[in-house]
Amino acid sequence: MGNPLLLAWFRLTHEDEGHETKGRITPEALALSRDEAADPASALLLFLRRMRYPLIAIILIFSVSVVGLTLIPKTEPDGTVVRMSLFDAFYVVSYTATTIGFGETPFEFSVAQRLWVTAVIYLSVVGWAYGIGSLLALTQDRSFRRAITRRHVSRKVTHLPEPFHILVGYGNTTRRIARALDDLGRRFVVVDEDESRTSSVDLDDYRADTPALYGNARETRNLVLAGLAHPRCEGVLAMTDDDQTNLDVTMTAALLRPGLPVIALTSSREMAERMRSFDAWFVVNPLDRFGNHLRILARSPAAYQLMSWLTSPPGTELPARRQPLPHGRWVVCGQGRFADEMVRDLQDEHVPVTRVMGGASALARLERSQARERKEPEASGSGPSTVGGPRRVVAPRRGRSRSCTRRTWSRPSPSSRPRTTTRRTCGCSTRPRA
Amino acid sequence: MNLEKVIFGFFVLLAATLNFGFFIGPLNDPDVHNVYELFAAVVVNVVATVLKLGDRTQIGAIHLATSLVASLQLIAAGILWTYATQVSTAGLTPEATASVVSMSAGALFANVVSVVLLVIETVSFQRR
Repeated sequence: MGNPLLLAWFRLTHEDEGHETKGRITPEALALSRDEAADPASALLLFLRRMRYPLIAIILIFSVSVVGLTLIPKTEPDGTVVRMSLFDAFYVVSYTATTIGFGETPFEFSVAQRLWVTAVIYLSVVGWAYGIGSLLALTQDRSFRRAITRRHVSRKVTHLPEPFHILVGYGNTTRRIARALDDLGRRFVVVDEDESRTSSVDLDDYRADTPALYGNARETRNLVLAGLAHPRCEGVLAMTDDDQTNLDVTMTAALLRPGLPVIALTSSREMAERMRSFDAWFVVNPLDRFGNHLRILARSPAAYQLMSWLTSPPGTELPARRQPLPHGRWVVCGQGRFADEMVRDLQDEHVPVTRVMGGASALARLERSQARERKEPEASGSGPSTVGGPRRVVAPRRGRSRSCTRRTWSRPSPSSRPRTTTRRTCGCSTRPRA
Repeated sequence: MNLEKVIFGFFVLLAATLNFGFFIGPLNDPDVHNVYELFAAVVVNVVATVLKLGDRTQIGAIHLATSLVASLQLIAAGILWTYATQVSTAGLTPEATASVVSMSAGALFANVVSVVLLVIETVSFQRR
């Protein structure tokens, strides 16, 4: 609801309800947020601290120039010796060092004085160069710029007029969630420890002004800065690709703001259990979820169609209904959590499964052995059998079905773990049969 | 030994001693108050102020405040002296000298507070 007209309408229509604060804001959270509110002065402090020595250098150059100018005497044509007063010298140095250059006052300088003024000019140039150079270096300084951006984010978050969510991690998944939230007219704050990602928030062009904090969400102060203790914070979405970070975010939210809805992402069952023990409102395990979707699809393509339509962002067209899954034995290639989940889900659906350890090369071996053993009598088995390394266990062939397409699903979550594929074979190899 | 602490202590103490050196003597006698000493006191006080910038602790804030007071008072004393010697036709009269020196006396008080703070800081650090 970044639109001011919408906001005005929202305020008019919802005035009587008021905003209900989600969860309980603990005193610790309040104290932390107060600390953070005082913290933005750190940019100014950093500036003052870095400018100390340049400023001192300029002051010393000024004072030495002034004293030097008052000490040099000038002999007038009539023989009297005159000296500049401190004030006159200060005046001369002030306009000379600042490159204004009014000329020689209050009287024409002697050669010795001119010599000194020449030195003053160059000294002051060195002083200014040092000062301005330090200033420019400071504006390029990482920590200084970070302090400035933190200040901006803190100010934006504090003045967020509407309820908002905190999105931790700004990967592809979160980007889609952010887009959907923006389409719904909801506000959110992004936290990510990758600077290129947080700076891409501006380019992603959301309707509402979105604060993006660059920092590690495992640090409590970063979460507090992102508005964890803010009364209008509606929920936290821990969506980084690191399970430990997601768990930490869940813990921090549970401790500082009990009762605040937290949605956490994890790909491990143990981690999910730990998150649930910290009152995570909802834990998403994409591997588990993919298997569940597959099960729904196996049971009823229409239910799957409805589910994917209902859970997609607003304005999505009804997706086309998928073909029912072909029946027969399934071969799951690969190892790791995703393959385990797949085997478990398929078995729960009473689908016969063969587990092949070792990926695509093992599958090719399996197919070769299948082709060889087709001549031999069929050995059947309905439980999962394991093929590992050189040992060959045959997936029993079935009658050639009409659709011997090989289906491949890629895993649903972007991750760096070894790629696992699930294929359905219907007993026929890719090579033409004799 | 921390060089930064040495420089800090040096400037804080020098600001107080120069100020004291200018202040000491009969209040209205222009002969015993050297204007170069006043100038040095102004410069060193301003440097001490700059050194105290950017400290976020409570004692650091008070340090900065005392230095600001001392600097402003000394600059005011400098302006008074300039007025007396350059603008006023009477020149550096005993009255004008008295006002310049009393200004520096005010600054001296602030500088003493600053030195006391420095000592307190050091003592409390030793006790830990």
